[in-house]
Amino acid sequence: MNDELRELYQQVILDHNKSPRNFRIIEHANHSAEGFNPLCGDHIDVYLDVKDGIINDISFQGKGCAISKASASLMSSIVKGKKVKEAEVLFEKFHDLITGKYEDNSDVVELGKLAVLGGVRDFPARVKCASLAWHTMINALKEEKNIVSTE
Amino acid sequence: MSLKVQTPEKLKLDVQKIRKDFPILSQKVHGKDLIYLDNAATTQKPQAVIDELNKYYNSLNSNVHRGVHSLSEQATNAYEGSRIKVKNFINAGSEKEIIFTTGTTGAINLVAQTYGRMNLKEGDEVIISGMEHHSNIVPWQMICEEKKSKLKVIPIDDNGEIIFEEFEKLLSDKTKIVSVVYVSNSLGTINPVKKIIEKAHSFGIPVLMDGAQAVQHIPVDVQELGCDFFAFSGHKTFGPTGIGILYGKKNLLESMPPYQGGGDMIAKVTFEKTTYNELPYKFEAGTPNIADAIGLGKAIDYINEIGIKNIAAYENELLEYATNELSKINGLKIIGTAKEKSSVISFVFDDVHPHDIGTFLDFDGIAIRTGHHCTQPVMDRFNIPATSRASFSFYNTKEEIDILVISLNKVLEVFG
Repeated sequence: MNDELRELYQQVILDHNKSPRNFRIIEHANHSAEGFNPLCGDHIDVYLDVKDGIINDISFQGKGCAISKASASLMSSIVKGKKVKEAEVLFEKFHDLITGKYEDNSDVVELGKLAVLGGVRDFPARVKCASLAWHTMINALKEEKNIVSTE
Repeated sequence: MSLKVQTPEKLKLDVQKIRKDFPILSQKVHGKDLIYLDNAATTQKPQAVIDELNKYYNSLNSNVHRGVHSLSEQATNAYEGSRIKVKNFINAGSEKEIIFTTGTTGAINLVAQTYGRMNLKEGDEVIISGMEHHSNIVPWQMICEEKKSKLKVIPIDDNGEIIFEEFEKLLSDKTKIVSVVYVSNSLGTINPVKKIIEKAHSFGIPVLMDGAQAVQHIPVDVQELGCDFFAFSGHKTFGPTGIGILYGKKNLLESMPPYQGGGDMIAKVTFEKTTYNELPYKFEAGTPNIADAIGLGKAIDYINEIGIKNIAAYENELLEYATNELSKINGLKIIGTAKEKSSVISFVFDDVHPHDIGTFLDFDGIAIRTGHHCTQPVMDRFNIPATSRASFSFYNTKEEIDILVISLNKVLEVFG
């Protein structure tokens, strides 16, 4: 496999694609939103259980490519238990990572496992795949009922 | 699975020679030979078309229908000459029936906004099929909404074929126009257009044919088909982008109001009243896309040189070969298995998303389309978010199909 391709499809991503974490519906979710990428037809539902500004539980369901599925899976693992504010900051940093805006490498450490999606920066057409779950989560937190579109 | 074209006794098409006519095909992508299998999205341009565009801007550029000077006269002759080439290409009765538009989308919007606006009223109906490109859905939705008319959709079966009996049931005195695709861009289905037109005409209903995926694969004769409108795009026909054709029967075009107002579409203008120009100029407001219209004429010359029947026969061979080879791949399911198909193969895997396939194939130099192909209702019909689509043209080879198969098997190894 080509290096650039290997960087994009790291083992962690393939693993999360095959066995996505938190791939379920939260029956008692108090926040949820639907996300849609009209470019490729990817579709995701994100469910959250938030209490006192803390994300107690998060899950997702939907159809999408390996990048979007792995990103949703990783996102759900990393924000669970975090404050809503922290999740929002994390999204900003993550977005900077996948759009190649990172200059200071020390911040990448903060992103933890999310750093495996860094390869997306070389594939501008795939940035929307990696960010769909995050956009959807942020909208769910705002309790926006409308369908989120990455277009 | 075959085109309705007789295979010539001996194949007259020299693919290796043809490939040399297309400079882009000798390109490398990620260090690999480009294998261009996205012809349903847009086709590549032969050197002759590229040269023609250069020639126009180098030595002919001038406005048409306006000047008495030599350049304007030459540009006008080239532009109108191209119209005659188009007329002959689809065998229209007169060049007055050939209108230059921006593309198939532009042509359908023209009909919806003129014929549609003039004829639709509350409770009336427009019939389209379940396999239309968004460009033959949305223009009708827009005018139907404005006129409180209804859009009726002919359902398609699991093979991706129109259910003809359902079409017959939809026809009524409320139907004002039937607008259907000749060849489906996402399924490859070749629709029984003659039968559709005859049936609609028996109710006195005009038919628009979206020919965007037809003219580059099948010999088209609009008089033999009997359709009332026919639309196609230059860029899918080895010509430039931004140019397309609307064919319309003269009596219909004459009955229709103009689409856009401006220069060239008028005979006489005063502040009180404007008299419109005759056909086809009534529908060509403003300075037209002269260069690309001339380029399209050259693309038609090129197609004629190779012969559309030869093209159809060769592409049919590619389709059969690719269908067989792709079917051998574990877990691959072809979406669109109509009896009559054009050289388009959409496919899905249970576990691998088309987007990932597209990225992997790109690194082997293979360009395919992944996504919904501007036919979201088709994806919904088959309950899939997207497909991968390989679409072949006469410059593709069986060797390229072999590489596609190898590359797909490699993708499966990674995701398996």
